[in-house]
Amino acid sequence: MTKLLIRLLSILAAAATLAAAPLLAQDGPLRIEITEGVIEPLPFAVPDFVPENGASAEMAAQITRVVSDDLTGTGLFREIPQNAHIARVTSFSSPVQYADWKAINAQALITGAVGVTGDRVNVKFRLYDVFSGQEMGDGLQFSGTTAGWRRMAHKVADAVYSRITGEGPYFDSRVVYVSETGPKNDRRKRLAIMDYDGANVQYLTDSSSIVLAPRFSPTGDRVLYTSYETGFPKIYVLDVASVGRRTLNTPEGTMSFAPRFHPDGQTVVYSLTQGGNTDIFSLDINSGQSTRLTQAPSIETAPSFSPDGSQIVFESDRSGTQQLYIMPVGGGEPTRISFGQGRYGTPVWSPRGDLIAFTKQSKGRFHIGVMRTDGSEERLLTASFLDEGPTWAPNGRVIMFTRETQGEQGSASLYSVDISGRNLKRVRTEGAASDPSWSPLQD
Amino acid sequence: MKHLTRAMLVVSALALAACSQSERFDNDVALGGTAGADGAVVPGSANDPTSPLYFQSAVGDRVLFAVDQSTLSDEARATLNAQAQWLMTNSDYTAVIEGHADEQGTREYNLALGARRANAAREYLITQGVAASRLKTVTYGKERPIEICSTESCYAKNRRAVTVLAAGAIS
Repeated sequence: MTKLLIRLLSILAAAATLAAAPLLAQDGPLRIEITEGVIEPLPFAVPDFVPENGASAEMAAQITRVVSDDLTGTGLFREIPQNAHIARVTSFSSPVQYADWKAINAQALITGAVGVTGDRVNVKFRLYDVFSGQEMGDGLQFSGTTAGWRRMAHKVADAVYSRITGEGPYFDSRVVYVSETGPKNDRRKRLAIMDYDGANVQYLTDSSSIVLAPRFSPTGDRVLYTSYETGFPKIYVLDVASVGRRTLNTPEGTMSFAPRFHPDGQTVVYSLTQGGNTDIFSLDINSGQSTRLTQAPSIETAPSFSPDGSQIVFESDRSGTQQLYIMPVGGGEPTRISFGQGRYGTPVWSPRGDLIAFTKQSKGRFHIGVMRTDGSEERLLTASFLDEGPTWAPNGRVIMFTRETQGEQGSASLYSVDISGRNLKRVRTEGAASDPSWSPLQD
Repeated sequence: MKHLTRAMLVVSALALAACSQSERFDNDVALGGTAGADGAVVPGSANDPTSPLYFQSAVGDRVLFAVDQSTLSDEARATLNAQAQWLMTNSDYTAVIEGHADEQGTREYNLALGARRANAAREYLITQGVAASRLKTVTYGKERPIEICSTESCYAKNRRAVTVLAAGAIS
């Protein structure tokens, strides 16, 4: 393990435990300052990737910007501006002038080359630990269509992020969400999909009926959502590539919502309301057969599977207020896991299996939080007038959610925050947006 | 107390409707329907006791709920009694009861809560004699507020079950 990797791992460990005490400072320019939980981002340099021919110059510069934006967007990295660079990288294969990068305190250096041929683009990169004076891992290359050039940049940034942090990648992913227009008492909603960073927006439905809470399938090929197309809330499944949709077979005369896929991609768990009572059911997509999982006069909703598919976390007000419970995948006696002050809802199991994210209401404020799957180590990450509906990045380190502002002009936006509560920021969307669902990493 | 006043008006309006036309119809709750020049009832207007407009304005088409509750208050029961009377008199209409929540809640929970509220109103109408086959429910959760401020004065009006009439058999 290189020194750089060890340093970044300690940053992450500190972030994860919200350590307020400073880490042991290292000698020289590699010092990482941590003061009251504020972490000094790691400085890196990324000179514009070298164009392999005249046709590649513009795309090479664009790809370099996206790589940098991905890394700096995590809050763990800080780019040293190109105008501060001493060395100029004009060839991907030239030896690295470590002294020049040390002189500007770049701890990591990313170099790359971009070749465009027709509608294909090929991107190569290398990562260097400047102060150890060696390359980190082997150079890699990715190729794809020029139309999908941003994905090539995300793949480069993912590889850099993973090598330096030891965490799983997440930049090459998408988000499906509800795009909102119109005033509060006449909100128009439609489904939209975009890259995780807000680029490449595409609308999947029109706004003629209310649509709510889309959820990706485990491979990202389909989306479950709730629509009022018939005048009543019903669950639909939409094929992302063809944008074709169909309603799921839920019993006549009932309302259904809050669907989520099992990790097998064939079973859906959802809430069904009949005679004013809401319980949780599972549905086999192929046979259309529904099975009741809870049977109580209380509200049971917002189910979410553990990543191994063996358990379901959900919310219920059987105790008198909304709280979180876990039950076996086939139903059965649930175990309550939330015991703090306030109401807990919208639990979502981390793709890593270690944490459950939730919405908490307490003293008139809303929070996004995480807890261990046994309910211990509860940590609130945000606070506002209205935060709700967390969704996990594919690596289980970052959470996206809906934040709605207060009052007559109130509107919804997407925000993200990492699981230590750091790096809270608004996600760029065209107009108001709510109910994000983060896709798995793309192939 | 506004609703209590309305409930009283409903009773008197119903009594009047039984003998003659409702000439002393209250302007505060009228939704734009007017009496003809000679004081005759204009069919379909708010002073036509068989009209949906009359149901909305004079009978009262909605009941309100306390925070996170779906139990019916005395006031709500009085309104629903009047709704049941009207529905039994005007048997050509069916109704969808819409349940709503204020914005202080998560989306899924509020859907379930709105369903509880709509169902509470429906069950009560059935106990008062309205045929179950004429009444459907739908929940909108917090998706369709009528008041848009973020204070209790607005929230109180948004926590509601609204009886929306439709002509003919239920689909």
